[in-house]
Amino acid sequence: MKVMLIDYGAGNVTSVERAMERLGAASRRSNSPECIAKAEALLLPGVGHYAALIRALDERALRAPLLEAIKRGVPFLGVCLGLQALYETSDEACELSGLNLLPGSVRSLPSTVKLPHMGWNQLKLTRSSRLLEGISADAYFYFAHSFAATNANGEAVAICNHGADFAAVIEKQNIFGVQFHPEKSADAGARLLQNFLRLAA
Amino acid sequence: MSLAHRIIPCLDTDGARVVKGVNFVGLRDAGDPVALAARYNAEGADELVVLDIAASRDRRPTFLETIRHVADELAIPLTAGGGIRSLDDARSVVRAGADKVTVNTAAVARPELISELSREFGAQAVVLAVDAKRLDDHWDVMVRGGRDSANRDALVWAQQGVELGAGEILLTSVDRDGTQLGFDTPLTVAISRGVNVPVIASGGAKLPEHFAEIFSEGAADAALAASIFHDNVQSIRELKQYLAARKIEVRLPC
Repeated sequence: MKVMLIDYGAGNVTSVERAMERLGAASRRSNSPECIAKAEALLLPGVGHYAALIRALDERALRAPLLEAIKRGVPFLGVCLGLQALYETSDEACELSGLNLLPGSVRSLPSTVKLPHMGWNQLKLTRSSRLLEGISADAYFYFAHSFAATNANGEAVAICNHGADFAAVIEKQNIFGVQFHPEKSADAGARLLQNFLRLAA
Repeated sequence: MSLAHRIIPCLDTDGARVVKGVNFVGLRDAGDPVALAARYNAEGADELVVLDIAASRDRRPTFLETIRHVADELAIPLTAGGGIRSLDDARSVVRAGADKVTVNTAAVARPELISELSREFGAQAVVLAVDAKRLDDHWDVMVRGGRDSANRDALVWAQQGVELGAGEILLTSVDRDGTQLGFDTPLTVAISRGVNVPVIASGGAKLPEHFAEIFSEGAADAALAASIFHDNVQSIRELKQYLAARKIEVRLPC
């Protein structure tokens, strides 16, 4: 099984690629609709501005094959912006529509705390999680974001708090998403990626 | 559940090798950046910063190669900088494997650089390095490796930088750098309370007490040090255990 890393032109694809290499997993980056349509597992590693990601998906005609693949049951993992893209909209670019696979929208974290939410934070499990299996409940993960799904608790299996509660890990059938960066989260992150690979196999 | 205070080792390089000096001058060799990166990753460092302090044009390819090899060793975030003058310079370090880019002198000369980087990579990837030196009742911004005054108030500049799109401030006390007398607490408090982004305190660290103080009294979100880690004066693992025992939230490595 090979994981297709969706390379939309910005972001942390190289870091995810390196993380996959360290796990001995095969991955390939692509930005072609054909490759996404044929992928066995998909990973969307986003970082930066929400608008850049959504526009790139549309300009490169990746939205339709991506949605089709996910609907067919292809395992999907969204990282950071890649998770945010799953919701209906985001405050970061209200005029654009997200992938609409999860209900709710992405909001700015409150300015009562320092933003971006930058650094290592812990999770609060809300139900049992396949992605977090074998990872200690007090493990830390690396976050770097100012926006998050603060009102979307339905699919969240773990939440985090920075000024407000937000979805940190979501799992819905074959759809997985994490607000933090597992590729930068040391051993805990490596284990999470390994869990995704196992679930996708 | 709250954000952990970060411990960040810094590799000052001449492009290829780690060097060290006191008050930004008198450099000497301090080791192989790739080997040090691997060690810090294993010891529980929360991030790593790698700087090209020579920042000469012709050594650039060497520095990018260093970033690539360092990034290969890391499962934690990597910040790179030194000599970033343009969006293209930043793109090349990000492509080489840096998660964040730090700018200093070039941003003072042309503040729009901060906005250009922030638009391209997001604020979370733009670290404004501010080298500050006490001057009467305020702190003056220093540029060119701490040598020249920019005739600018450090707090005002930090606030401006955040306004322009910096997502983090790497604050170095030029007065304390290399002295091992401890971080500059009044400086760090002033900047950390004055901006709404995380502040990394740098310059002067030696003892675990220095780190405890800068987190508890200095309001720092992260603390950076170089030679005390390279020379094994302080182990990151033991430092974190010390801080955890004093109820300062840190990420303890397993």
